[in-house]
Amino acid sequence: MALPKYTEPHYRIWHYIYLTICAAVFFFLIAPLFVIFPLSFNAEEFLSFSDGMKRLDPDAFSLRWYKDMIYGTKNPWGLAAKNSFIIAIFATIGSVILGTVAALGLSSRHMPYKGLIMAVLISPMIVPLIISGVAIFFFMAKAGLAATHTGIVLAHIILGTPFVVITVTATLSGFDHSVTRAAASLGSDPVNTFMKITLPLILPGVISGGLFAFVTSFDEVVVVLFLAGLENTTIPIQMWTGLREQLSPTILAVATCLIILSTLILVTAELLRRRSERLRGINR
Amino acid sequence: MSSETKQILTTDGIPLEVSLKKAEKKNKIKAFLLVAPLLFFLIITYVFPIGDMLFRSVDDKMVTQMLPKTFKAMENWDGQELPDEEVFAAFHEDFIKLVVDKREGKLSTQLNYTKNGFKSIIKKLRRASKKFEEGNYKEQIMAVHKRWADVEYWRAIQRRAPEFTGQKYLKGMDMYVNEEGKIVSVEEDRRIHRVLWLRTLEIAFFVTVFCFLMAYPIAHLLATLPMKYSNLLMICVLLPFWTSLLVRTASWMILLQQQGIVNDFFVGIGLVADDNRPEMMYNKTGSYVAMTQILLPFMVLPLYSVMKTISPSLMRAGKSLGGTPFVAFWKVYFPLTIPGIGAGCLLVFILAIGYYITPALVGGASGTLISNQIAFHMKSTLDWSFASAMGLMLLSGVLVIYWLYNKIVGIDNIKLG
Repeated sequence: MALPKYTEPHYRIWHYIYLTICAAVFFFLIAPLFVIFPLSFNAEEFLSFSDGMKRLDPDAFSLRWYKDMIYGTKNPWGLAAKNSFIIAIFATIGSVILGTVAALGLSSRHMPYKGLIMAVLISPMIVPLIISGVAIFFFMAKAGLAATHTGIVLAHIILGTPFVVITVTATLSGFDHSVTRAAASLGSDPVNTFMKITLPLILPGVISGGLFAFVTSFDEVVVVLFLAGLENTTIPIQMWTGLREQLSPTILAVATCLIILSTLILVTAELLRRRSERLRGINR
Repeated sequence: MSSETKQILTTDGIPLEVSLKKAEKKNKIKAFLLVAPLLFFLIITYVFPIGDMLFRSVDDKMVTQMLPKTFKAMENWDGQELPDEEVFAAFHEDFIKLVVDKREGKLSTQLNYTKNGFKSIIKKLRRASKKFEEGNYKEQIMAVHKRWADVEYWRAIQRRAPEFTGQKYLKGMDMYVNEEGKIVSVEEDRRIHRVLWLRTLEIAFFVTVFCFLMAYPIAHLLATLPMKYSNLLMICVLLPFWTSLLVRTASWMILLQQQGIVNDFFVGIGLVADDNRPEMMYNKTGSYVAMTQILLPFMVLPLYSVMKTISPSLMRAGKSLGGTPFVAFWKVYFPLTIPGIGAGCLLVFILAIGYYITPALVGGASGTLISNQIAFHMKSTLDWSFASAMGLMLLSGVLVIYWLYNKIVGIDNIKLG
């Protein structure tokens, strides 16, 4: 963004103001995440930087809260993590299967009432979460699925499918349908064609939709708060209770782990997006 | 005539048109069958339950079923003076049945929604009713407590006779049906819900404005920088986007607390005195700051994807035609970004209006929104029909916004990612 030499001074000043504003906004976006990092290694119980930490005294840092997270008895983080992963994995599988199949149908040009059906399919993403939470709770309570893993998994499938539908339909919009016709003309049945031709081509879209569904489930707290019993506690529920009652550094240790996890997911999603663009021949 | 003679036949001898239509229909069914599993799953687990909310919000059968004989007897009562013995006797009969089933507590809760003061007098009535003698129930019930001799309370019972009611919606707007059957507002100092609705709108509006003001420059920078730099900066937007909402709220709780880093900084540069640190959390400020940061990526991403498609030569053309950079920006660049602005603002506003977690944690009493009230009634007071009514009011607000957006900008103009 170098300015040309002939730029007049007041535009030059304006340009630097603009860059400063941008820098400030980026700082505002990203800095809060980095506060958690050092504080989670605090040797003391406070949630602010101790004098020792400011002097970078090695004694002021410790893994105390990470140990508490893993071995501590007060907070069932282990159970919560196990539940979170189980629920998120099953919810992702469910969302991906239902969402991908639906996206295949929706991208067909023969699909009747496309607009209306699309509106229903993505409605869980549009309706405020609290309302979805109330509605899903009523259903699960009637079906006897409140406070069960099954109930929470189903709820997360509801919330996760819109992402899969959207990403997969987007991938399919650049899909060349003549390849499936070619496969059919060579004697392949539809299932075989899907597995061998269509799926590999739309896989980046499917996986990134799956990642969205996974994160949605893993991070979801509003609906789970209505549905979960003591046995079904998840990481977000534990964090929610922890943050409400008392901010302990153990939560920061958990938060650090979650930030690392989200970084991994971000990198995967970005790589997939680029691969998908390459495969679909969108070069920028 | 001529069209019949020209009709083309397939090898099977069926007219081509018919054959094509058949194939078309088959394709339609195939496409629909693919969508069907998800569609039916969502209809059963999601669309119907929202309909169920609608039903619950107006459903008022509970009291109707608890006091069937009373309401039957009340049909001939004009509501002017105390009802006669017939009504009292019917009420007594219904009430004894409820006491046997141990459901009189539910009745008192329900009637208390209509008029305060039922709880204690129903408790008293239950105790006294054990010693009631047969006949002349009017005298006996009225002797239990003076409120039982008050016609207002009997009118309150009568108001619960219909099976359906719009009361919960009125309550959501701090209104009620008074004794004369008119819709009136509650007293000024008890209008908690109106305050909450207005606050929700206010916070959602300002969060949207802040997000827009902050997102526009950085989206522009991201769209105009060379790829290798912009990819790096994009991480600053995407990492918060993928990070748990609770983690980000937690970091704001640490930053904004009274002994927190932001306050330390203010004290450090001498902006505030050490013993006079401002409260930045558990009030509106907390909600504003945290929600803006959390929702910012939802504004940046649609803006970015629109700005990415605007050719830089357009700005150059504008300038070469004699516009100053500002005029070129305002007349050429800005109008082209409107679809992105629309999508971003719609997204942020709708997310903000239904926000629950962050306001509950950093908002304190003055920063909570309507969603918190819905959750409160779902989990604490267990007044599910009221929670449903408020949820549906919120939902219809959201739908109106979509509709307006569709009218003004067009829903097809939304660009996401």
